[in-house]
Amino acid sequence: MQNISGIRPGKRMGFAWGPGDILVYETQNKASGRRSCAFIHVVRKDEDIYSPILRKLFNESHHIFVGLQTIKDDLPSKSKKPQFVSISRNYRSVIRACMEELQQAAVSANDTDMATQYGNQVSILLAIELIWNLCEVLFIDAAPAGSLLLHLLDWVRLHKSDVDEKAKGVLQSDSPAEHRDYWDVVCVLSYVLQGRLEDTRKMLMKQAMLQPAAKSMYKLMDSLLSKMPFYNPGGTQTLTEFDVKWRNWHEEVDRYLKDNSFASNQHLEVICKILLGDEDVLLEHKELLSTWYYFLITRLLYCHPTVKPTELHYYAQSSMMMFLDSGVPEPLDSILLAAFEFDIHQVIKDCSIALNNWWFVAHLTDLLDHCKLLQSHNLHFGSNLREFLLLEYASGLFTHHSLWQCAVDYFDHCPEFGRVYLELQIERVPLDTERKALKVLRICEERQMSEQVRSICKIMAMRAVRNNRLGSALSWSIRAKDAAFATLISERFLQDYCAKGTFSDLDLIDNLGSTMLLSDRLTFLGKYREFHKLYGEKCFSDAAKLLLSLMTAKIAPQSFWMTLLTDALPLLEQKEVIFSAEQTYELMYCLEELTSSLITAASGSVIIYCRFHEDVEVTKVEMLRLALARNLASAIVKEGTMQT
Amino acid sequence: MESAKYVSQKVSKARWRPVSSSFLQQPEIFATGSWDNEENKISIWSVGNYENSGLEDGFEGDPQLICENKHDGDVLGLQFLDQERIVTASSTGAVTIFRHHHNSQTISVSQQWVKAHHYPCDNAPCTAVVCSSPEIITVGEDGRIIVLRADQDCMAQVIENADSSTIHAVTYLRTTEILTVNSIGQIKLWDLRQQSNSASQILSLSGDRVPLYCIDRHPNQQHIVATGGQDGMLCMWDVRQGSMPSSLMEAHSAEMWEVHFHPTNPDHLFTCSEDGSLLHWETSSHSDMPSFLQGSRNSSVTSRSAMALAGGNQSLISAWLNGDSSKSRLETTHMLPSQTLSVNSLDVLGQCLVCGTDGEAIFINKQVPV
Repeated sequence: MQNISGIRPGKRMGFAWGPGDILVYETQNKASGRRSCAFIHVVRKDEDIYSPILRKLFNESHHIFVGLQTIKDDLPSKSKKPQFVSISRNYRSVIRACMEELQQAAVSANDTDMATQYGNQVSILLAIELIWNLCEVLFIDAAPAGSLLLHLLDWVRLHKSDVDEKAKGVLQSDSPAEHRDYWDVVCVLSYVLQGRLEDTRKMLMKQAMLQPAAKSMYKLMDSLLSKMPFYNPGGTQTLTEFDVKWRNWHEEVDRYLKDNSFASNQHLEVICKILLGDEDVLLEHKELLSTWYYFLITRLLYCHPTVKPTELHYYAQSSMMMFLDSGVPEPLDSILLAAFEFDIHQVIKDCSIALNNWWFVAHLTDLLDHCKLLQSHNLHFGSNLREFLLLEYASGLFTHHSLWQCAVDYFDHCPEFGRVYLELQIERVPLDTERKALKVLRICEERQMSEQVRSICKIMAMRAVRNNRLGSALSWSIRAKDAAFATLISERFLQDYCAKGTFSDLDLIDNLGSTMLLSDRLTFLGKYREFHKLYGEKCFSDAAKLLLSLMTAKIAPQSFWMTLLTDALPLLEQKEVIFSAEQTYELMYCLEELTSSLITAASGSVIIYCRFHEDVEVTKVEMLRLALARNLASAIVKEGTMQT
Repeated sequence: MESAKYVSQKVSKARWRPVSSSFLQQPEIFATGSWDNEENKISIWSVGNYENSGLEDGFEGDPQLICENKHDGDVLGLQFLDQERIVTASSTGAVTIFRHHHNSQTISVSQQWVKAHHYPCDNAPCTAVVCSSPEIITVGEDGRIIVLRADQDCMAQVIENADSSTIHAVTYLRTTEILTVNSIGQIKLWDLRQQSNSASQILSLSGDRVPLYCIDRHPNQQHIVATGGQDGMLCMWDVRQGSMPSSLMEAHSAEMWEVHFHPTNPDHLFTCSEDGSLLHWETSSHSDMPSFLQGSRNSSVTSRSAMALAGGNQSLISAWLNGDSSKSRLETTHMLPSQTLSVNSLDVLGQCLVCGTDGEAIFINKQVPV
């Protein structure tokens, strides 16, 4: 719970949910009538995605995730196990790299708030890595009895590395055997408790040199330590043979203890008892063990090294109960316990509750699903657990101004609902620049989301039209194959022409090429411009033919015919006869069609390009009729005349 | 061999700082610009091996951040003006010169034209910038071409409404001539001396007008120009001859964002694209040797010549214009190890290549085979 800075204490708050944030505001108290604050506060649920160091985690894990999805499904999962283990290690190394960077940042941070924040993030990442590593050992690597303990030993050693630092401190002192940490280091902490017996022996030798009188005792301990059998998974020894050997060794140690061989040296006796797996002695050194799972592994090492995966949960539960006085486990403890009980779903559930973002559970579940370890029971709303978690994670990513691009790949790999989610989310990405719009469009086009393509192109095209960038608008409507919008743009051009008398953006209209075919109006625009060009080049007969075809082939909208006929006027008035009799008849027909339709549609919704008063209209029509008649006469004469 | 450095910001531009040719050294400093962040930055990095004296190790370790500065808006264009100054083009329409102070290792804003590119009542992103000290040329979504001079606040020349659509990239053809590409698939040649509002020459592909996003000129043969656009095709143009490209090569499956000829070894060309790949093109005209004697080849690409070269002495015509025909061979190599998000930018100098991606990673390769 946190106080939201800016809202006065005691005030009522209203709020509204957003995709990843909450909007909070002070409400007005009607009774008192006092004015409330005019600010709206944005409360972010998930701080992590905005942390620059953690962002690297999200990007690198995205890369690993995509690589994981592309592993082919045809091989049986047994042969893919080493691949999955290596992917799991990749994830973990990414977590570790992040942790190291956060640690450095915490050390070099200037203010204590930041340092504490970094420190918190480091401890969360530590816990995450611990859980992930255990899941890798138990679920993905799924070692059988014998190797299982070895893997668990590695796991504990990896997460209890302060031992080596202490040892270094001791070794570097002038007289290591008399260092006050010596027995701690040797006697209980890492070496014996972690089963690192070689290192124990080396350290003990230093002590042995100081006490020549007790030489035989040290020699005995040394031989016991050297004889402890460790299971070799690659070797020829079977588990049963190893078990027998181990029991023999265990009995030998027990005999020496009962013989009081180590009675005179308290430390060596403690070591001996630990070697026998004496739980009381182990529990006496709780601070060195520091956690119940460390206690568990040590206990297993010295009592039951051939523990089977199915037996783990019993030992785990008892270890936890023995170790924890208060009896109330922390969230981390219950998660680890659930893992030891092989209850994957419980692990995921507890992690989801304990952590503040979905990163960990989404990726871990996805990996476990690939290893075919999750039973595919469907959740209430149709998708399975993996998909649900991935969708939640990706939706959270999508609210980030920058990481939304990573989220797209996650949606792609959710077969049931991924596409729907993506369709809804991608439309809400703000499009500030053309480059961003192009990237979003590429995403939509690759997934055949034609509706989203159309809507994005329309947004960009409308924006372009508003800013008078007609070329850009046209290129957007070409991309969306939006004939209606292309028509709109062409009408804008034609309106501009009627208003100014010249075309703007000639570079666009002159070079339309095949895009002309997108819309009728666009074709007309291109052809009309061509007519102007021909007229300018004085190719009058070609120009005339084109002009006529624009009307007769109904390419030109009828509302524009008046302009076209007016354009025909100078051609009719030329000394030379340009329009043939046939063509003149057609022009007259067009004129009649136009005038009759104008009369009937006088108050209609037809777009009239050129506004004109009645008398002007009448004059124009009369002029045209006159010109057409004169032309007809000349044409008939010309065509009737025999050339001599 | 590539190493990825994750930098917590999507990299839109990456450029090497030019090295003085007298030293013949490999470039060590590069600048990057970010985009799509709440707070965008321009950063300067160093890849020098300070401790490692072994030269054959090539690159060693990650690039180190030297300094960075806040940048208003996405960095859509970035270019080194000289050893100390960097020009950027912003999505807010501003053109900014940053100065890198070597002794204090900081960056600060040295000069800025805030609303260089704009619409009547809105900001227009400035999409590209190119410079040849002290002249700076910028283009934007508003279709303007602006010529600026460093150290002078006023704009030397503005070509209003140079284009009815967005101009995406600009490059120098000669000292007073520039080429621009736009959203309707046209290359326009502008002569800056003429102070006119229309282009001297327009080249375009017939057929589909595919928007073009990048252009680069051959360093030695100034009539050869390469462009890339929305369909990922690499086009080679000869600006002297006609208005059509002389060869088209299928390069990428999505938009091509940048194309660069290698500045000193122009038989090599590099392109990067939205599809997450970076290709290294190498041409050679040893057509006499049968291909099986030429050693192993990487995947060659299909291409088609858009028009047959008319007459002339074939051996003098650059291998680039021939594309992948019987006269010359074209080899392409993927330079990035695996699929990434879009590669937005690349720069190559000497044997060093740097590129930035939307996966918030920078890749550096210091042993490019050129």
